[in-house]
Amino acid sequence: MKIIVCMKQVPVQDSLLKITDDSRWVQEAELNYEINESDHYALETALLLKEEHGGEVVILTMGPRRVKEAIKQGLAKGADRALHINNESFTTLDIFINAKLLAAAIQQEEADLVLTGLQTDDYGFGQTGVILAEKLGLPHASIVMEILKQDGSIKVKREMESGWFQSVELPLPALLTIQSGISQIRYATIKGIMMAKKKEIKELSLSDLGLAEGDVDDSTSSLKFHKLYVPEKTKQAELLEGDPKDVAAQLVHKLKNEAKVF
Amino acid sequence: MAKFQALDFYNVDGLLSDEERMVRDTVREFIDAEFMPVIREAYRNAEFPRQVIPKIGELGLLGSNLSGYGCAGLNNVAYGLINQELERGDSGLRSFASVQGSLVMYPIHTFGSEAQKQQWLPKMAAGEAVGCFGLTEPDFGSNPGGMRTRAEKTANGWVLNGGKMWITNGTLADVAVVWAKTDEGVRGFLVDKGTPGFEAVPIHGKLSLRASDTAELLFDNCEIPSDNLLPGSQGLKSPLMCLSQARYGIAWGALGSAMACYDEALTYAKGRIQFDNKPIASHQLVQEKLVTMLSEITKAQLLVLQLGRLKDQGKATAAQISLAKRNNVHEALEIARMARSVLGANGILDDYQAMRHSCNLESVITYEGTHDIHTLILGNEITGLPAFS
Repeated sequence: MKIIVCMKQVPVQDSLLKITDDSRWVQEAELNYEINESDHYALETALLLKEEHGGEVVILTMGPRRVKEAIKQGLAKGADRALHINNESFTTLDIFINAKLLAAAIQQEEADLVLTGLQTDDYGFGQTGVILAEKLGLPHASIVMEILKQDGSIKVKREMESGWFQSVELPLPALLTIQSGISQIRYATIKGIMMAKKKEIKELSLSDLGLAEGDVDDSTSSLKFHKLYVPEKTKQAELLEGDPKDVAAQLVHKLKNEAKVF
Repeated sequence: MAKFQALDFYNVDGLLSDEERMVRDTVREFIDAEFMPVIREAYRNAEFPRQVIPKIGELGLLGSNLSGYGCAGLNNVAYGLINQELERGDSGLRSFASVQGSLVMYPIHTFGSEAQKQQWLPKMAAGEAVGCFGLTEPDFGSNPGGMRTRAEKTANGWVLNGGKMWITNGTLADVAVVWAKTDEGVRGFLVDKGTPGFEAVPIHGKLSLRASDTAELLFDNCEIPSDNLLPGSQGLKSPLMCLSQARYGIAWGALGSAMACYDEALTYAKGRIQFDNKPIASHQLVQEKLVTMLSEITKAQLLVLQLGRLKDQGKATAAQISLAKRNNVHEALEIARMARSVLGANGILDDYQAMRHSCNLESVITYEGTHDIHTLILGNEITGLPAFS
């Protein structure tokens, strides 16, 4: 089974974030990065499937040179090779454009299964996987917790609201977005780290994907960031006046209708 | 316990390769997830948390700078970083790994026969077998040349008589590398656990390295086959070569303890409110301590990194290793004590790490060449005048 895992590198979860002067994004220079949490679980899921059924695990990632670190980590954990869409020269915030780029790379590979994390810890859209499935014309299931491989198909367990689960069967090839916390993520072993040096990381440029710069830059983006800001702190106090009975009635009214605590 | 934030004031990370950083990060992650939750109880109960042995074997941390026979073949900087992270957990864990890798696997790898290497190295790298190293004796610590343990040649092999003291991994070990005087000078021997006449007795009552197995080894007409002699060992130089390896790892390890203490003291000082509703980190005397820690850790980081690069080029001298061991352990001990004082009364509790590290470092500054002996080694190096003979 050939599995492609889409992985994104995001700022370390407890990073101290500072907003850029133009209020469009956070200052990246001093940040440390890590593999997006649910993508990490997607990778672990792929490695477990490979251990059970054989095949190949290919990492696909997009971003500037720094994402190599995430790729190497994935290779050290046991992925076989990696594809890196190097977008040093362009930036994009648009999920449709991101999905277009990822789809172009995936179309060159004939994969049986494409896995993504449920959502990224930076933008938190939770859309890339499902839009990617649409672009690739693949059946998909989101928030997947378990995968059972059958002959030519898979059965998956999806997490629903309120503690409900759904069992879905999909033909292969398919795309799944993976929930966090569903398995124990393995450590990169020292041997794995040494072996990763010899594994292939294929750089893909826009032209390799049959695309031009005009197809992917922010001018074509359907999504624009207007302002990013830290939640503003406000202090408000209201003094209720009147006799105690009246004040109690006012308080109950406010708790019920404004604060909605009961 | 707050998540460990490693100090890197001079962007020393930028001097490491991707692989070196990945090795360090993998050990850091492992220590956070699997070792920090168990060390407090282990230290309290004076037990080595042996459940971690197969795990650190699986990760490839044992004898990781040796090549072949199931060893990872890492460079010395990556090996050093492993030691730093292990000792950031506890000196007992780093001691376990140092003894296994530098004092048992290294001599087998360097002085052992092919059969000995095949028998022990893959199992020891995987954490399936444990080793210990017997050089120090009750009456001969800094002066190992005076050792009384003797090995007499017989028709079938050797007979060992004597005793070794302060032996890390002593009761856990499946095999002991034992140094004994023979008619041909000092030689190294492999003594299997359970050999008649060989006994490992645990040493109790330690107020330091409590989460480490320390024992006395006794040899009473202990007969071992001739195949158990390390054929390449010759004279006191052989065990001293092992000690150079271990001391190199200790210089990195002590840095790990210091980094743990600094991180804990800084976090505590920023959160502890005293006088005028201000954190104690705003007090001048506390800042002075934190800045001293910052300076010494930064210097120590650059010191061991350059030493590691020299070692990888085959250029590190025993005296350079002495300087790093002497400096880094001494500074780590000072930092641990300072961190404990920043924590005030809370610092004496095992809810915090500083006092555990401080107690441990009292052993680390004593073993593998005391601080004073390293001073004399360096004094001899620069003056050409030995002060110890």
